[in-house]
Amino acid sequence: MASLESALIPILAKYRGDPTALLQILREAQEALDWISPETEILVASALQIPLTQVKSVTQFYAHLYDHNRGKYRILFSDNITDRMAGSVALFERMQAHFGVEPGQTSADGLVSIDLTPCTGLCDHGAAMLVNSIAIGRLDAERIDEIAALVKARKPLAKWPAELFAIDDNIHREVTLTGIPYVPGSGLDAAIRLGRAGMFDEIKRAALRGRGGAGFPTATKIEGARNAPGVQKYIVCNADEGEPGTFKDRVLLTSFSTRVLEGMAIAAYAAGAAKGFIYLRSEYQYLRAKLQREIEEMRASGRLGVSIRGAPGFDFDVEIHMGAGAYICGEGTAQIESLEGKPGRPRVKPPSMVIRGYKGMPTIVDNVETLAHLTEIALEGGASFARRGTRASTGTKLLSVSGDCERPGVYEYEFGVTIGRVLHDCGAVAPIAVQVGGASGVLITPDEFSRKIAFEDVSTAGAFMIFGPDRDIFEVARNFAHFFAHESCGFCTPCRVGTTVQKNLMDKIAEGRGSRYEVNDLMRLTDFMRRTSHCGLGESAGNAVRDTWLKFRPAFERRLVPHDFAPQVDLDAALEPTRLATHRDDAAAHIPAEG
Amino acid sequence: MNANPNGKPPLKVRLATTSLAGCFGCHMSLLDIDERLFELAGLAEFDRSPFTDIKQCGPCDIALIEGGVCNSENVHVLRELRANAKILVAVGACAINGGVPALRNRLKIGDILDKVYRDDSGEVHIPDDPELPASLDKIYPINEIVRIDYFLPGCPPSGDAIWKYLTDLILGRVPRLDHQLLHYD
Repeated sequence: MASLESALIPILAKYRGDPTALLQILREAQEALDWISPETEILVASALQIPLTQVKSVTQFYAHLYDHNRGKYRILFSDNITDRMAGSVALFERMQAHFGVEPGQTSADGLVSIDLTPCTGLCDHGAAMLVNSIAIGRLDAERIDEIAALVKARKPLAKWPAELFAIDDNIHREVTLTGIPYVPGSGLDAAIRLGRAGMFDEIKRAALRGRGGAGFPTATKIEGARNAPGVQKYIVCNADEGEPGTFKDRVLLTSFSTRVLEGMAIAAYAAGAAKGFIYLRSEYQYLRAKLQREIEEMRASGRLGVSIRGAPGFDFDVEIHMGAGAYICGEGTAQIESLEGKPGRPRVKPPSMVIRGYKGMPTIVDNVETLAHLTEIALEGGASFARRGTRASTGTKLLSVSGDCERPGVYEYEFGVTIGRVLHDCGAVAPIAVQVGGASGVLITPDEFSRKIAFEDVSTAGAFMIFGPDRDIFEVARNFAHFFAHESCGFCTPCRVGTTVQKNLMDKIAEGRGSRYEVNDLMRLTDFMRRTSHCGLGESAGNAVRDTWLKFRPAFERRLVPHDFAPQVDLDAALEPTRLATHRDDAAAHIPAEG
Repeated sequence: MNANPNGKPPLKVRLATTSLAGCFGCHMSLLDIDERLFELAGLAEFDRSPFTDIKQCGPCDIALIEGGVCNSENVHVLRELRANAKILVAVGACAINGGVPALRNRLKIGDILDKVYRDDSGEVHIPDDPELPASLDKIYPINEIVRIDYFLPGCPPSGDAIWKYLTDLILGRVPRLDHQLLHYD
């Protein structure tokens, strides 16, 4: 117990016993102690003076928090469809064979556990994994063996070869955001020259829309928060880039973080906010220290803190808040719940976040890329910004290109670029489909390659996964069905039950036991989820399955049984345990197949 | 417009009911429609059902199934009803999800038989008579065994819910239960 207390006391002291820091405290407790034991939960609950159930509800909600011992080395293989296309299944099995453990089981010596996790945002780096939340890309058999040897030698993660953790930006096309070098402080100075109202007017003139996928006008958010009553207002940088196939925020936070952080300050200046958070997804833990250093440098050089760049009243500071493995926390209200240290379940709207957000105060939640664009608008003015892109979708957009192409990576385009142009630029050969917008997005077939990336046509947060001629689109949809069943927060019944039923029906069809009955069920179900779910997760959870049925129907049909219906299991095989126990083999102890 | 121009009474629907791995609670609930049983008798006649003791189902319009599927006999009965009924309705929690009997799904059937048929001296005598239905490894909801057309939830559904659902089906309406009939607390 002494070691438990000595590990927890500094963490609790750092957060001054603040219950809204519960998620951060549990994350750091796990980093120190490998898992969150019942004793840890009791100690944290009593130190924060909150019910034990509140602590448990958080531990159990977040996939990367463990309430049982998962070993010193917790290995999670990224299980996006792009990982699978890069051979992750065989690599996963190879790693398991090294340690002789089943998925999710901890080795008997308490050394290691190996499991799967949704997309880790390294789709341009081949197959990827997390070891204790730290990302490793470009997995191949050799790397698996190397990592297994390091684990067996119990070498501390900090002493592993640095090249294992090397992650590149892979920017293959630049326009303005990634193309024009940014002088630190320049955007802030420009904003201060414009004044709060002037800066707001420029954002409005720029017609900047949210880059997280929904395309909500940024100026409307800022105006809403500015006019809402509240002693404290908040800017949240949504860096919970969880949509499978998206990784452009990773690149922005790696090499363009100055733009992101100063963009936050500019938003704060226009909205009258003084405090900001970066909500960083757990998978990007490796970026945390770098971002923290930059925040400290900005404080030291007067680009964060009190009277920024000498402008009286321009006070703003930023704190990093870590997620813990929950796709749903990319949804704005769920993210605010998570920031408050609670399970990330979407709130009931209205009131909107700009009226009552973090701690009941006006809060703006914006995508990383949206905030970075604010530096452009401050420097060049809204009218100039709006000249790029289309009338309804101004500026440039970063796309995260992955899958079957020669040059996966980040591509910046003016809005309005056709899908065919992107495919050409990245070297995609004879693609049969592109999933734009991730698992919740839209499946685009070659007859639609002339469609445009824009809010008024194909809207996306940036994911652009390409499937070549040998790919089985049914398996793509099934992968996404598993993703949504894993990520449903469980709050509303249509999504909680619907995503699991969808997964089970897709699995039944994959096993060759599905018929048109299951397809009909799937179509009814996806429609039901879309109409009745509480938030966007459930509303879009059936998109991929529905699109695949509509556009790749033969991929389904060749798996369907020709007759009316097939049972879920082989019924005769289901009697085998009883035959064994009773030593029977008479006709009545068998069930013939029907049809 | 006269929907019944000949003035003849409409043909009665043929109705079958059965209980598989259930507790007959849903059948008891059907009896809870009380005096509406007379009205039902005017609308429907019963084929295979505990009410008639008919052993083999003939062609019928609607079959109400209570209970999940726990053994070979349940499979045969369910298949017989599916083969004969135009509309198959899963009635109650066990038919829809397995219900209480599905609590055994966490255990292995071999272990259960071993435990149940072990006497005080430790000897195991598991009955092996071919007359006995053989247990499946798990309890299955009926829609995992045959195609099901409608699902009537409840444990059990109230007499009022069964009446509403059944008369909707008989009169050719898509069955709908309003909130009150789906509200259990």
